[in-house]
Amino acid sequence: MSRFRISDRPFEIAPLRQRLLHARAGAFASFEGWVRDHNDGRPVLGLYYEAYVGLAEAEGARIVEEALRRSGAIEACCVHRTGELAIGELAVWVGASAAHRDAAFDACRWIIDEVKARVPIWKHERYAGGDAGWLHPPAPPPGSAD
Amino acid sequence: MMARVTLLYFASLRDAAGTRSETVETGAADLGALFDEACRRHGFGMGRERLRVAMDGEFARWADAVRDGAEVAFIPPVSGG
Repeated sequence: MSRFRISDRPFEIAPLRQRLLHARAGAFASFEGWVRDHNDGRPVLGLYYEAYVGLAEAEGARIVEEALRRSGAIEACCVHRTGELAIGELAVWVGASAAHRDAAFDACRWIIDEVKARVPIWKHERYAGGDAGWLHPPAPPPGSAD
Repeated sequence: MMARVTLLYFASLRDAAGTRSETVETGAADLGALFDEACRRHGFGMGRERLRVAMDGEFARWADAVRDGAEVAFIPPVSGG
């Protein structure tokens, strides 16, 4: 099963966690990205994610594999939604298991940071007041990321 | 030499192009020139410096040659996660 998957519908997290259980793992860390009711001080009514699925799944899998090599974690995976999401819905899930907690936390953090920076997924937000738009953040200054 | 390529548009580039994809005949030598042609056609509000490019499902470089039959995607700044 792939280490990074795009899901166009709500997904269950228990089976994802189950996959990461390992006799050698004493630690598990996860991250959940939820849809928030505000962005940049503006009230958000809902949002929509779209993805270039083939490239997103390839790049996402590379990120998770790289995270395992860098951190020494045993296993990790990430699932990211596309489609319409309401406030409070789960947008992205990352989990990592490792012998000890440092590697589990490190892998988990690194994966979500890299997914946000590299994977071809775009967020479209709808604001109270009627306007809406795609988020295309400016690139961070050189040297600002690890 | 002309090549037939399918261009994929996402997010605000798709809004500007009015379509998710189009198939074109192009004489563009590289992906940068291919983007310039598309930009003249659709009037994108962002230039190459903010975009990445992918060919046949893998990240590519603007200087890469256009492959006949390829699927080329222009990747605006991402906002997943």
